[in-house]
Amino acid sequence: MATPALDDPGLPPGRGSLPALAVVGHGGGGGRDSQVRFDPTRFGLWAFLGTISMLFIGFTSAYMLRRASADWAPIAAPPILWLNTTLLALSSVALEAARQRLRAWKVTAARGFFGLAGALGAGFVIGQFGAWRTLRAQGVFLATNPHSSFFYMLTGVHVLHLAGGLVWFLAIAARLRRLTPGDDALGLFATYWHFLGFVWAYLLFVLFVL
Amino acid sequence: MAHAETHAAEAHGHADHAPQSFIWKYVFSKDHKVIGIQYYVTAMFMALIAGLLAMTIRLQLAWPEKTFPSLNFLTKGYTDGVMNPEFYAMLFTMHGTIMVFFVLSTAPVSGFGNMLIPLQVGARDMAFPFLNGLSFWTFLPGCIVILSSFFVGAGAAAGGWTSYPPLSALRSAVPGSEMGQTLWIIGMVFFIASFTMGGLNFVTTILNMRTKGLSMMRMPMTLWAMFLVAVLGLLSFPALTAASLMLLFDRHFGTSFFIPSGLVLSGQVVNHQGGSPLLWQHLFWFLGHPEVYILMLPALGFTSDIMVAFCRKPIFGYKAMVGAMLAISGLSFVVWGHHMFVSGMSPYLGMAFAVGTMLIAVPSAVKTFNWLATLWRSRIIFKTPMLWAMGVVSLFISGGLSGIWLGQTALDIHFHDTYFVVAHFHLIMAGAALFGVFGATAFWFPKMFGRMMNDTLGKIHFWFTFLAYYCTFFPMHYIGLAGHMRRIYDPYQYEFLKNLQPINQFITISAFILGASQILFFINYFWSAFRGEKATDNPWNAAGLEWTTPSPPGHGNWPGEIPEVHRWPFDYSVPGAEKDFVLQTDPAPIGDKAGSH
Ligand code: HEM
Ligand SMILES: [Cu+2]
Repeated sequence: MATPALDDPGLPPGRGSLPALAVVGHGGGGGRDSQVRFDPTRFGLWAFLGTISMLFIGFTSAYMLRRASADWAPIAAPPILWLNTTLLALSSVALEAARQRLRAWKVTAARGFFGLAGALGAGFVIGQFGAWRTLRAQGVFLATNPHSSFFYMLTGVHVLHLAGGLVWFLAIAARLRRLTPGDDALGLFATYWHFLGFVWAYLLFVLFVL
Repeated sequence: MAHAETHAAEAHGHADHAPQSFIWKYVFSKDHKVIGIQYYVTAMFMALIAGLLAMTIRLQLAWPEKTFPSLNFLTKGYTDGVMNPEFYAMLFTMHGTIMVFFVLSTAPVSGFGNMLIPLQVGARDMAFPFLNGLSFWTFLPGCIVILSSFFVGAGAAAGGWTSYPPLSALRSAVPGSEMGQTLWIIGMVFFIASFTMGGLNFVTTILNMRTKGLSMMRMPMTLWAMFLVAVLGLLSFPALTAASLMLLFDRHFGTSFFIPSGLVLSGQVVNHQGGSPLLWQHLFWFLGHPEVYILMLPALGFTSDIMVAFCRKPIFGYKAMVGAMLAISGLSFVVWGHHMFVSGMSPYLGMAFAVGTMLIAVPSAVKTFNWLATLWRSRIIFKTPMLWAMGVVSLFISGGLSGIWLGQTALDIHFHDTYFVVAHFHLIMAGAALFGVFGATAFWFPKMFGRMMNDTLGKIHFWFTFLAYYCTFFPMHYIGLAGHMRRIYDPYQYEFLKNLQPINQFITISAFILGASQILFFINYFWSAFRGEKATDNPWNAAGLEWTTPSPPGHGNWPGEIPEVHRWPFDYSVPGAEKDFVLQTDPAPIGDKAGSH
């Protein structure tokens, strides 16, 4: 993890140390007195992803059970979904590019890629609204049949999680100037963001392939 | 208080300072102790409400033919002194919901969990103090929403705490299916969100922030319980989140996840088709069964940790106790079907669930055996916390035995939806959890308020509660065996239940005594919090890490450095030690059976 930038005299004190220990985003927490095992913030994030996974597993089991009933009528995937999928994938790639540039202390390039990642993510959300519009224009509504119900509900829940991600994105963007290579903020966000990408791929699979 | 502040000031060369203004210190606090007390007091308030609902239920069951004009002020509930049947359904629904989630998941887990985890792991606070504060301020709106549902529209939810569709899914089914059920869902979403934030804090703090020397196998049983409870919550509540969302869609947006074809309501076929009410039951009980262990496990943990301090003996079979908790938690995910034996499931599937259920009896028996072995031939010190701990053991046994019966598919066909079930879960889940909370309150009170609870009053409260509890719930087994259904407003509409009325009256009188005895607790709690005898740092001569903090601990918990841990918290009467207990922080090379070697 150590990079030359760590010795950069321009760094504000307390920043730029190893992100995995001690300097973590909690106020009165255990900090240096306790024997911190992993970075608590990162661990907490993974636990959160665990609970989100259980949410989608719960939906999946409902989906499997409901699919067995006689009134199941599959809907066709609106083609815009493939465009949206590409946007979300590119967004993850751009985020990784941003992290890499930051590690190499190319701050301007990092900011550019970070902004791009956010824009692509926002593009995905807008695209999902487009998908819902297409379906509505075809007369496929939330209550039309069980497959459409699941489609609207699952994509909606996923978009809500992404919207939360975009709020987080803005919070990081607001202090982007002060980000340093050692700062884990971007890494934490990337973990969440990639996870939502995987969830999206999983939902596509469940809704239209399975 | 000045004393606490000095500690705080010393403690924090490095971390943030204690907030000074009242509002940041006591209202929007990020301090785990304040948050723990906030949770606890709110839960106790909710308990008061849910208890009053239970009293009203019992009043109705004992004297359904009597009129109570004085209760007409409950306008929706009573007409001319007679209870409306719909109101009865609201009563047991809200009683169950509030007790399970807003009282007995909250007080032991969110209340004592927040109080104790940093003190027992040796940390200045929880891992995410802000999230912790936010979690309480998410919980509180949930309480308000749930309580307000009585006063909005046609009244509170009436589909049982399990909210089975179609009653819960069709808005015109019964009065409570309208606004009340929607508010139930919203309240539960608040609750789940707050419990999730708490759970993230719990697992992170326990796994990552233990002080030097505190290996997992040196943790007190309370910490193990809190850890497992948080894991159970994080993994099982999402199923209810998913189900609640689908229920909301069915109710308001015309979907048919849970509503089957061909339902007729007020002479009209409902406009839904193909849904499966059983789907809700599966999702609900996937949460529901782990949920009963979320209530129970903390009580089991408190019991072990309290017991050793009043037996002055090391815990018997620590590794087995931990293993049993792990086994119970793991198994709790694969037995949900035992709530659905009569739903028409395949008998083979039912058999599988029955076997899983019976397996839980094994770790449960291990726990019981080890408690008894800890008590065996010890010179028990009968203080209030110890009485409650022994009460937990008693209820765990008497309630657990009926569980073995209920777990049999063939027997459950008869027992299902009778008072036998009500008896069973009030003894094991409600009773054990409630007694655990009372025991923990008496035991850790010094760390909450720096004072002792009154022991005499505590003992009187215990004996009244213990006896009245059994008198209330034990006879329910008999009326259940006789066929008395649960959730029934006037049992004496049935000829074959008429001769049970004297038993129901006995139960109700016991329940009133039980309810009234709780006044003793509230008096003791609030009086002692302000006027109780001042507590020393370690009034019980207990060995756990939390007893090395001042009573009450200041901001940051330890005035100086956080101590290092050298042993488990069960070193009592160690041969060769100078006192009859050895603090966890004592480096002397004696004791510690479970430690590093
Ligand atoms: C204060 C003492 C209590 C009394 C007298 C009492 C009484 C009752 C009665 C008579 C019923 C059955 C209502 C019916 O089926 O018609 C009931 C249901 C229930 N009680 Fe209690 N109870 C008490 C405390 C508790 C506690 C501490 C809990 C905590 C878990 C609890 C949880 C429940 C649940 C979950 C139900 C089922 C509600 C439903 O059928 O949806 N009770 N209670
Ligand atoms: Cu169960």
